[in-house]
Amino acid sequence: MEVKAQAAAEAAGVLSARGLDKSFGSLIVAKDIHLALPQGVRYALIGPNGAGKTTLINLMTGMLRPDSGRIFLGEDEITSLKPEARVKRGLVRTFQINSLFPHLSALEAVTLAVCERRGDAPTWWKRLPDYRDAVDEAHGILSSLRLATDCYRLTRELAYGRQRLLEIALALATRPRVLLLDEPAAGVPKDESAELFDVISSLSRDLTVLFIEHDMNVVFRFASRIIVMVGGRILVEGSPDEIARNPEVRTVYLGKAAHG
Amino acid sequence: MTAATTDTPAEPHLYLHAQTRWRRGEYAFWVATLLPFVFFPSYLQLASQIAITALFALSLDLILGYAGIVSLGHAAFFGLGAYAAGVLTVYGWGEPLSGLAFAAAIAGLAGYAMSFIISRFRHLALIMITLGLGLLLHEAANSASWLTGGADGLQGIRVGTLLGFKFDLYGRTAYGYSLIVLFLAFLVARRIIHSPFGLSLRGIRENPVRMPAIGAASSAHIRKIYTIAAVMAGIAGAVLAQSTSTVSLEVLSFQRSADVLVILILGGAGRLYGGIIGAIIYMVARDQFSGINPQYWYFWIGLLLVAVVVFLPNGILGGLARLKSSWSGAWK
Repeated sequence: MEVKAQAAAEAAGVLSARGLDKSFGSLIVAKDIHLALPQGVRYALIGPNGAGKTTLINLMTGMLRPDSGRIFLGEDEITSLKPEARVKRGLVRTFQINSLFPHLSALEAVTLAVCERRGDAPTWWKRLPDYRDAVDEAHGILSSLRLATDCYRLTRELAYGRQRLLEIALALATRPRVLLLDEPAAGVPKDESAELFDVISSLSRDLTVLFIEHDMNVVFRFASRIIVMVGGRILVEGSPDEIARNPEVRTVYLGKAAHG
Repeated sequence: MTAATTDTPAEPHLYLHAQTRWRRGEYAFWVATLLPFVFFPSYLQLASQIAITALFALSLDLILGYAGIVSLGHAAFFGLGAYAAGVLTVYGWGEPLSGLAFAAAIAGLAGYAMSFIISRFRHLALIMITLGLGLLLHEAANSASWLTGGADGLQGIRVGTLLGFKFDLYGRTAYGYSLIVLFLAFLVARRIIHSPFGLSLRGIRENPVRMPAIGAASSAHIRKIYTIAAVMAGIAGAVLAQSTSTVSLEVLSFQRSADVLVILILGGAGRLYGGIIGAIIYMVARDQFSGINPQYWYFWIGLLLVAVVVFLPNGILGGLARLKSSWSGAWK
């Protein structure tokens, strides 16, 4: 029985979307999107440029409002919630282009996110170092992402690859249930990108992760499920094997690269 | 080789603790604020004006320097505080400390009401809105002459003694009063910027777009700091009204809003002491230059402002900090 109930919950998905539509004038960026991301699964979202991948993340996280359709986190509808309210419930994203706090040290930035989550941020009459548990938690997150050595440096002084890791550290500090990573390795050299995805795959198995990525080696290595988008629609969703064999995907997306 | 620079402490909270520590220079500075009593007894009125202006600039620093909220109408709260304190004495309540609290409350209420508009805008829109509201209030005070005395200034201000001290001609009480108020407000501001709330403000300044993505309620933070800054500006205005027994429309003028912005940028925004240093330089320069040539002293201020912004983009304090770090860097 228990197994069945769990399976039912998984089928419903921690994060799900029903019939999302969005267009800018005559440009359709999302059309009839249905999604259900179960807990703990590593999803890759792939598709050619302009397929609407980032738009989908913007819609799910509330940075864009859908023209129609509904979004659920667990069993709660979140379609009309503001971005910060969705974050509070555990739906968190990172950005393709670093969106950080240049003149805060890495430790300060993550401590900021921890304090916001714990509800300490409105407190103005106590000193930050007195929140030792918050600071230690921030330091722990940075250590787990191999950023401990850099944690006292200003964000803008960090190497680019380290800044990409800090993006993820900020997201983790909010204690997400679902993490949407918009090209986490964008602009990172190949060897560093593998390290980055090692970190991502070592994240807690309770966490649902969806990442946008163009490097197919990385996608097939780290994703347990793959979603293919084309022209604002979801073309197909399946296991890496299914996607690799799918003839439609080959013609539309993988092209000549997929031979055999 | 000296250990003067940034040795990273082993524990993260100690690193943050080191940032909030009182530095020797700070102690020295506050002790030095007492020097005018001994060495410049004939300049105590000016010293008092400087302390009041410094407090006003400090309040602007909280919103501009820390939260990145631009304002060209900050005199609105300064003026409200001044009129509130002045009008109270006209109606027979001369006790200054309760008058100060009254003025703070009035300015705070106005600031809180305004903050709902402020928290929705940024940049140019914010400049225009604050400018507009400042002008609005100035003209409102001008036309409500039954209450404010209009262009003639408020008549009949009678300030009582301050805990037994009379506001004397030399400005001893005035400077003591404004210095203590400045110091207390500074302690509050210092605590704010070193608190979790202060960290969130810096987050808003650094990247307002990212804040919602880490679950931060930025608007609530902005409303709060704007209200606190309004209270502080109101207190500054009230101290001016009480210590000089005059309130004129000038306290609400655009000139005053612009001056305080110039002062903060000169000194260095987002550095807590920037407004204070800026106020000292600006007020002393005005006193000296206007002695030489009363009509054209703004020429020199203009030159100074351009020079500072071109050569020291982080203000005078920012330049000093850079000088200090490059010196200690050379010793390494």
